[in-house]
Amino acid sequence: MTKAEPLLSLRGITVDLTGPHPARIIDGVDLTVQSGRATALIGESGSGKTVIGNAVIGLLPETMRTQGELLFEGRALLELPESQRRALRGRGIAMIFQDPLAALNPSQRIGRQVAEIPRRHGLRRAELRQTVRGLLERAGIPRPEERARAYPHQLSGGLRQRAMIAMALSGEPRLLVADEPTTALDVTVQKRILDLLAGLQRQFGLGMLFISHDLRVVSHVADDVVVLYAGRVAESGPAREVLTHPCHPYTRALALSVPSVHTASLIAQPIQGAAANPADRPSGCAFHPRCPLAQERCAVEVPPLRDTAPGRRAACHFAAEVANA
Amino acid sequence: MRFPGNTGKAVQRGTPRTATRVFKKWTVAVPGMIVAIYLLVALFGPVIAPYDPVATNLTDRLLCPGCETSSGSIAWLGTDATGRDMFGQIVAGTRTSVLIGSLTVSLCALVGLIIGLPAGYFGGLADLALSRVIDILIAFPSIVLAIVVAGLFPRGLGVVVVALSLSGWVSFARLSRSATMSTKEREWVAAARVMGVPARSVLVRHVLPFLAGPMVALIALEFGLIILGEAGLSFLGIGLPASTVSWGQSIASGKEYLATAWWISAFPGIALALLVIMVGLLGDQLNSRYQRGGSR
Repeated sequence: MTKAEPLLSLRGITVDLTGPHPARIIDGVDLTVQSGRATALIGESGSGKTVIGNAVIGLLPETMRTQGELLFEGRALLELPESQRRALRGRGIAMIFQDPLAALNPSQRIGRQVAEIPRRHGLRRAELRQTVRGLLERAGIPRPEERARAYPHQLSGGLRQRAMIAMALSGEPRLLVADEPTTALDVTVQKRILDLLAGLQRQFGLGMLFISHDLRVVSHVADDVVVLYAGRVAESGPAREVLTHPCHPYTRALALSVPSVHTASLIAQPIQGAAANPADRPSGCAFHPRCPLAQERCAVEVPPLRDTAPGRRAACHFAAEVANA
Repeated sequence: MRFPGNTGKAVQRGTPRTATRVFKKWTVAVPGMIVAIYLLVALFGPVIAPYDPVATNLTDRLLCPGCETSSGSIAWLGTDATGRDMFGQIVAGTRTSVLIGSLTVSLCALVGLIIGLPAGYFGGLADLALSRVIDILIAFPSIVLAIVVAGLFPRGLGVVVVALSLSGWVSFARLSRSATMSTKEREWVAAARVMGVPARSVLVRHVLPFLAGPMVALIALEFGLIILGEAGLSFLGIGLPASTVSWGQSIASGKEYLATAWWISAFPGIALALLVIMVGLLGDQLNSRYQRGGSR
């Protein structure tokens, strides 16, 4: 993770909820995405994964204020005027949503929606149809001409997500933000969509920020992972190492909670207690109420994110003990 | 536009299956059919009953319904004080009412959309200003506003349409504003914004189509009220010029004969009431359909 210039780099990003109940829902998150690599953002529901994704693309509601350093290709996104940020959307950064049925306009044919960005380059009708066909094909949609004439509700979930991917590709982005792109899909379809994303990423050298709660999905696509807990980074590093040799008790608990088909029990070891609410974060280490290793110190002192090995960082007072356990 | 409006073209416009299902409900079928008959009469009026609004025939004055006229034909709904056939008058009046209703409702819907759509989408100061204007206009009785404007200018079709639109656009602006506000939170709008689609295209392509359902329902409701308003203005003598036929004028012209020739006021009154009630029922049905979330 120490290459020259990352495609996307977040340094000390905080997101504050303004209004009657102010809260810091994202507290100092660091994250990088390299071109041609996928960084996964893992966490339970409510840990702030989606908030970070939306902060990157600039979709947060006005009641949330983002601060910190958000660099895309070296440009500070948070300081760009809105018009320049808008110009980056779709063309620099594209996004894939969790539920393709909700994210596709039900009143318009697939082809028309995929053509939304190419149309603005002033293509002629026939060229546009060719472009749409090519995009749908690239997203692995069989019989693209026929599918372009279909409405979203006429397609299966997998095809809809492929259509979303075709839309996202239409602006030839450098960074793809994928917010739980397979969660709404059938398990058998999930792998194919993941393979498609991984293939596209390699083929076009896309950087991908992959947001998910599902460790199996993450282990399938991610090069690097960032584990988020209650709006803070718990651990980050290369995917394989982090998932197989976690340095943070939360990562370890997450890994153990994944049901495995190879063992007898379906749900191996669920994590005790409920996920911490970023708006009402426990003192000290946010994970301490659920942590098996917690000591008095954990309730008082916020553990800093420290290097534990080359390219790996963890925010735990006992990272060394966890790693050796 | 998946569901029948008040134009009687439902079957062609929607998918056949949906249209059949909607019309199977008698609460939709009966008002729909009656309104459709009115629209046909408005369209083909001159073919059904040729009528000259300024011709008078004093030998046939105040004939009762069913009486024989001097020319040997039968006046099924009687004649008025100048010997004009009431049936012909009602048929010609239908045309006027439907024309005024359609023109005004289109103008109102257009103005309401143009104002409400951006206000709901962008919010901010423009939205605040619009909301206050709407509050003021709602507090003001709409018929009074129409009377003032219609009374200030010479009688004519344009003046009537403008006078009735002056307060009619408000409910359309309010509806399109609130429907836009809820539609813009849908994920496909967010998706379009993420793709860098300009706001104008987002509005037209990703928000506007979802206003069609509630708009059609409101158009039906307002159509009835506007026809009633026009009849009111014409009754007061500040509506359409005397050379055009209007139910309001017919009702007014029978005022002095209520005791002796009730049919002059009664039949146009019934025609007016029936249309307004049926359009209202149809509008209610459409309205409840869309409020239940029928617009997907």
